[in-house]
Amino acid sequence: MAPPGRIADRRAAAAARHRLLPEGRVAGPMPWIIAIMMFLTILSAAAALGLGAAVQAMGADLAGRATVQIVEANAQQRDRLSAHVAQALRKVGYVSAVKPIAAATLADQIRPWLGQDAASGDLPIPALIDIELTPGQTDAKVGRLRRQLSAVSPKIRIEPHAAFLAPLAGLLSALGWLAAGIVLLMTLATGAVVVLAARAAHDSHRGTIDVLHLMGATDVQIARLFQRRIGLDALFGGALGFTVALLVIVLLGTRLLAAGSELLSAIHLPWAGWAILAAIPVACVALATLAARWTVLRSLGRLL
Amino acid sequence: MRATRGTRPDELRDGLYGRLSLVPWLYPGEAGSARAPKSRMSAIVQFENVGLRYGLDSETLSDVSFSLASGGFYFLTGASGAGKTSLLKLLYLAQRPSRGVIRLFGEDVVTLPRKRLPGFRRRIGVVFQDFRLVPHLSVYDNIALPLRVAGMEEADIDAPVSEMLNWVGLGDRGQARPATLSGGEQQRVAIARAVIGRPEILVADEPTGNVDADMARRLLTLFEALNRLGTTIVVATHDLPLIAQVSSAQMMKLDRGRLSDPTGSLRYPPKPQAAG
Repeated sequence: MAPPGRIADRRAAAAARHRLLPEGRVAGPMPWIIAIMMFLTILSAAAALGLGAAVQAMGADLAGRATVQIVEANAQQRDRLSAHVAQALRKVGYVSAVKPIAAATLADQIRPWLGQDAASGDLPIPALIDIELTPGQTDAKVGRLRRQLSAVSPKIRIEPHAAFLAPLAGLLSALGWLAAGIVLLMTLATGAVVVLAARAAHDSHRGTIDVLHLMGATDVQIARLFQRRIGLDALFGGALGFTVALLVIVLLGTRLLAAGSELLSAIHLPWAGWAILAAIPVACVALATLAARWTVLRSLGRLL
Repeated sequence: MRATRGTRPDELRDGLYGRLSLVPWLYPGEAGSARAPKSRMSAIVQFENVGLRYGLDSETLSDVSFSLASGGFYFLTGASGAGKTSLLKLLYLAQRPSRGVIRLFGEDVVTLPRKRLPGFRRRIGVVFQDFRLVPHLSVYDNIALPLRVAGMEEADIDAPVSEMLNWVGLGDRGQARPATLSGGEQQRVAIARAVIGRPEILVADEPTGNVDADMARRLLTLFEALNRLGTTIVVATHDLPLIAQVSSAQMMKLDRGRLSDPTGSLRYPPKPQAAG
């Protein structure tokens, strides 16, 4: 460990170096622009990750699930056929679970649209049997079942869940990719903002840079001054934008849960997602620092 | 040491009072004189047929050839626009020539890789005509700048900076900002900054332009003291009385971008020796 005098000397040297460019942290638009961009980036990233997780969960839930419908107007025949089909399905090797939906449950589900008449028995509601297939080759298994059930009765249909939720999953997936694209664009925009800020800082401190340059300061020595300054701006802006975005995400999460929708509650952030979100401000600071260094080194490279 | 533009030394000596195309150290008849500077060494600066052109304009400097001995004291004079500042810029590596060869410390700096130039610049102190003090830094920090650029430990910086502040009479203005100083005070800070790193070459562009006669004398004394310590001094000035005060100095005169007559003030150039 360095002795205290040495540490004090290093601190004094660092403080002297930092004075070479005028201090004035959080001055100018740069930290605030980065805060806004970070806020939007975190929200976009959270949307991309949440929707991605939802699509994945939906896919996992729906893959291998299907509903067998017995469309028979005669209630007695329908019940008989339904019991027969359920029994037959339980004997199929690749059907892992068979769950007939009770008529009362069906009536409850359609009551909001059809009112109390839904449970009167006058409406020819199809009998439904939810089944789960063993993992793998879902389409082939569904096709085989469809053929077998059609042979029993033409009034029996089978609908894989993935098929009727595919458009929704596709929409969520598209939204997720859109959000990921926005994250990418925001990253590029952040890099561009930093490059412009570094150029502006370089131009406004041209006199100081020229003096340092002619005194024998190396390009790296000069670039370090700028990368530190812009890194600090990015750190402030990144932390601010991240914190506000985090509050918004938590707030939205509670609202989604409060909605009580099974579909909406599928949109969630896994732990890895939180880790990725936390890494974004760190990456932003690194990106800003590198962009500033690159910009200043390029500008200095044009000098003798 | 080679003769400039293929001219023989004796021709150049004749030229001193005749054609007067000069290379200060190439006057063997004067070398070894009692008034010649002591301990002269090999050439520290060599210009060979150097030309400088800005853009498509005509040449600002043409066929400039001279050589400065290590430890010499040189004045560069000439009318405004003659190219003094341009020549100094080439000397302190702010500019590359359009043609010709410049050797500093024995190395060709025209073809030197860019990354090696900072090391050369640290060996050259510069007093700019417009001072170029860093406005947001205190006087103390401005003077300390070359030491910090060179990576000197912070604990070792205070003593030389304080001493230099006192020497230029600004001991009580260390924490002042340059904008609060008079022109003369700013010039003294610029000079202190240029000399604090004990450069091997000190280049000063009109260093006494904004100071009174007393301060000019003191600054010149400082330059002479540095010169006695072995620093080669190159001062661009219009101030002929100032030149007259330095008995050991030699003078180069620029006339429309070309070195010309030293107006008879060239005194006792150092003995030429083989470069390198």
